Amino acid sequence: MSDFPWLTVLVAVPLVGSVVVAALPRAELAKLVALLVSVLTLGVGVAVALQYELREGMQLTETHDWISAFGVHYALGVDGLSLLMVLLTVVLVPLVLAYSWTHADPGSGASGSARSFFAWALALEALSLAVFLATDVFLFYVVFEATLIPAYFLIGGFGKAGRGAAAVKFLMFQLGGGLVLLASVIGLYVVSAQAGEPSYLHSDLAALDMSTAAERWIFAGFLIAFVVKAPLFPLHTWLADTTEKATPGTSVLLVCVLDKIGTYGMLRFCLELFPGASQWATPLVVTLALISIVYGALLAIGQDDLLRLVGLTSLSHFGFITLGIFAFSSQGQSGAILYMVNHGLGTAALFLTAGHVIERRGTSSIRRMGGMEKLAPVLAGLFLVAGLATLSLPGLSPFVSELLVIIAAFDYHWWVGAVAVTGIVLAAIYVLSMYQRVMTGPGPLAGDHAAAGEHHDDPAHREPAGHGTAAGPGTGTATATRPEAAVAPPAVPEARDLRPHEVAVLTPLVVGLVLFGFFPMPLFDVANPYVEDLMARVDVDDDAPAVPPGTTVEHAAEEGAH
Amino acid sequence: MDFVKPTIEYAELAPLLIVLGGACLGVVVEAFLPRAVRRTVQVALATVVLLAAFATTIWVATDLAEVADGAARGLLAAEGTIVVDGPTVFLWGLVLLLSLGGVALFAERRIEGGVSAFAGQAAALPGTEAEREVSTRGWEHTEVYPLLLFAVGGMMLFPASNDLLTMFVALEVLSLPLYLLTGLARRRRLLSQEAALKYFLLGAFSSGFFLYGVALVYGFAGSMQLAAIAEAVRNDTGNQGLLLVGMGMLAVGLLFKVGAAPFQGWTPDVYQGAPTAVTAFMSAATKVAAFGALLRLFYVAFGSDRWSWQPMMWVIAILTMVVGAVVAVSQTDVKRMLAYSSVAHTGFLLTGVLGVQGAGELADGQVTSLQAVLFYLATYGVATLGAFAVVTLVRDSNGEATHFDRWAGLGRRSPWLAGAFALYLLSMAGIPLTAGFVGKWAVFTVAMSAGAWPVVLTAIASSIVAIFFYVRYIRIMFFAEPDVGPDGHPGEVASVTTPSLLTSATIAAGVLATIVIGVVPGPVLDLASRAGDFIR
Repeated sequence: MSDFPWLTVLVAVPLVGSVVVAALPRAELAKLVALLVSVLTLGVGVAVALQYELREGMQLTETHDWISAFGVHYALGVDGLSLLMVLLTVVLVPLVLAYSWTHADPGSGASGSARSFFAWALALEALSLAVFLATDVFLFYVVFEATLIPAYFLIGGFGKAGRGAAAVKFLMFQLGGGLVLLASVIGLYVVSAQAGEPSYLHSDLAALDMSTAAERWIFAGFLIAFVVKAPLFPLHTWLADTTEKATPGTSVLLVCVLDKIGTYGMLRFCLELFPGASQWATPLVVTLALISIVYGALLAIGQDDLLRLVGLTSLSHFGFITLGIFAFSSQGQSGAILYMVNHGLGTAALFLTAGHVIERRGTSSIRRMGGMEKLAPVLAGLFLVAGLATLSLPGLSPFVSELLVIIAAFDYHWWVGAVAVTGIVLAAIYVLSMYQRVMTGPGPLAGDHAAAGEHHDDPAHREPAGHGTAAGPGTGTATATRPEAAVAPPAVPEARDLRPHEVAVLTPLVVGLVLFGFFPMPLFDVANPYVEDLMARVDVDDDAPAVPPGTTVEHAAEEGAH
Repeated sequence: MDFVKPTIEYAELAPLLIVLGGACLGVVVEAFLPRAVRRTVQVALATVVLLAAFATTIWVATDLAEVADGAARGLLAAEGTIVVDGPTVFLWGLVLLLSLGGVALFAERRIEGGVSAFAGQAAALPGTEAEREVSTRGWEHTEVYPLLLFAVGGMMLFPASNDLLTMFVALEVLSLPLYLLTGLARRRRLLSQEAALKYFLLGAFSSGFFLYGVALVYGFAGSMQLAAIAEAVRNDTGNQGLLLVGMGMLAVGLLFKVGAAPFQGWTPDVYQGAPTAVTAFMSAATKVAAFGALLRLFYVAFGSDRWSWQPMMWVIAILTMVVGAVVAVSQTDVKRMLAYSSVAHTGFLLTGVLGVQGAGELADGQVTSLQAVLFYLATYGVATLGAFAVVTLVRDSNGEATHFDRWAGLGRRSPWLAGAFALYLLSMAGIPLTAGFVGKWAVFTVAMSAGAWPVVLTAIASSIVAIFFYVRYIRIMFFAEPDVGPDGHPGEVASVTTPSLLTSATIAAGVLATIVIGVVPGPVLDLASRAGDFIR
């Protein structure tokens, strides 16, 4: 069985599935097939995980020449880091598809677009998996960029008015970052060609001896691309717009899966290929991470749009992840990797429950919500759990990772830790005030009819067509048709509780949050060997360790205690 | 003085001779066959000639002898005036394939309701009784096929010429038919004729520059032969001033043809005014031929003096990319947008041209700049031809609807065609898994290897700008509703006319090539690398 190309199959199943789904005649059938394909992918992902040997490094590798003139290979492989990312992806996609079963359906005869949502989502899954599995930098770059096409169509095609502009903004940021990365990828080729036979294999590049200047320039390109992707402070502005306009399902795919490519890339490429330059850039990156933590949280507190708020909490969380990565200690790295998984689960739960709330309220404006708790206790409970996970309550899995990152931050420097800790406090504020405003209180029952008149940001699934209007000239028409739309359905949509299948979709996420909150060992078992390898690799070239020599011993001791 | 009979290598020159012979035959057909059967015969003749020439090109390519220890393959033909080597046959094949697409687009009659896209009688003044009469009789100019063949003949000779005079003759042979074809549009004839006049005047002017450059370089080297010029440059004999000025003049002539800034002024007007089928053929094939000639001139004749011309190329490449990308953003006409995008692509190609390095500076298996430029030409030619072919199909009551707003919502009315156009745009934007990405990667890489990082950074910045206007079209096609007019009725939008097999096949072949080259670029890259170096 060792020769069986498991990883190719893992990528191919959703890819072929997306083509099949796009070609199917009936929307209902297409949705069913798409869900089955994503479950099958989950199965393949689990099969990969079962064959994975802990502490064996890169495995299940496949390497074939692709473009020999460029030294490019079709090379896949899985190690602890990629395994966790792959599992996160294959778990989240079926949940998103199941969630979108009713939500992506734009109704009124636009059945084609529900089908295209499912097809694009599967395409996005396939390409994201390829990103996490690629062990050739060129292949990584190709799929890294290719993920943007399904993402663009998911944002631009589904969501509320103004999504066209949001999609273009998203694409311009991402492609801009991608082209900067292209410059670095080309730089790597030149350096590699000068050293002998050009090769893009990760292992060949890691063994390459680069001049300090070249290493730093190339590193800068990679870092900028990943800072856009992740996103971090100065390059984050696309995030809030995108999550506000896109459907919650799309946002889960983007924020919980696609954006992880940014932090994944920091570990896989910035740290592994350019350890020296990474340490050189640490002060800058740590500063950006701290700004992101505080600034993202402050922005989130001030938001009125529920989805925008959730999107901005992720800015804060990506700040934590990056801080953990660039703190250069094993706690920080393990914490960051766990954080990537936990953030995926927690934020997905928050996005999806927020989507349910918005669907029931007919608006995404927090001001016009309230009182949901009494009407939909189960939804309120799940929303609270997801929110508490976001603020890292002990007992839920994000707590473990956040604690590790903060320990690492204090290790790095006391003031870094001090600033990072404020992120926790701010998180408590934005989550609890959000819960209070959305769920508790009397609710805008009486005043809602009045408010319905000024509906200016209905969620998309209320709009007649899935492809609806984009920004710009079209917005006028959309507004014109609104009053009727607001009258036709009940102004306060039936605030009924979650239906059983909706609970079923959210259950795995909540179970994951609680399980890994009390028992994070499986995650550590996978992540720690990778972190040890990484630390060893970074330290090889480490002339001036960021961590004082004495502390490494304590780290080892603490590691053992886990 | 004895007259010595020149030896002509008929076998190796067969593709060229077939095309030029076919063109002459086309003129004879025009003179002697009745009007009713002319079109069929001409189309068949042009197709057969191009296919035969392509087949012989392949045969010639497989048969080339190795020279210079296997670094290059080929021979000097026709007393050293024409050189048939690896790059030549690669470019021949490419030009011939693109011309086949061009013939298919020329022959399309279904979208104009039974007539071709060319004027019924060029001599009939627009708006006169004569024009109406011609129009009711349904005449059409079938001379366009021999004209196309002559242009193709010139395009094949241009990159193959081994002395400056042959190069000049080739330049004129390829240009004159294009000037004519530009002025032959059936609709918007004044615009078309204006474009033809502009193209002719500016083209004639640039030819003058080229000829002056030929004279000056002859003054420097004492020979027209590229090899002799290279020898003179290496030995640094003669007047350096003559060489530099002459080189500059020759560059002006060639850069005009490829549409590099600051000589890009004609491209938008000509691309917009010419019948779209001609634009498609001309934008793709001319660029291939002219870049072939540019490469041969600068690599073979002036190769050892590259320190003199590389800085000039840096400036031109940067200027061209920036002008092309920035001005394209403000275009609201799809043909003008594609014209400026082709200017930007000229800049990217020049980025590859200036990336030339000596054989000693290259690692084993590293991409050479010649290989990169040849590959880029293939990807660019396919995407441009296909994109313009799509433009011919998007029409409203006034013919082709080239205005930006008319394309709104096209993706929902005709998803396949809009998808094909989107793919061509993505390829031009250089998105991975399309051919354009690999091409861009290749030219940027060779420039970076040569240390031209400012050019590469500019190229990347212009790519970001370029992506903006390409994506805008995708957005308007797929996500925008048609504008609502002042009276509340939706404005007129373009719809897609069902074409005959000719245009559909061209578009489909382009889509296929764009995807296949994008995913498996190996074979084409190998082909470009097997072409080897120029022989000197």
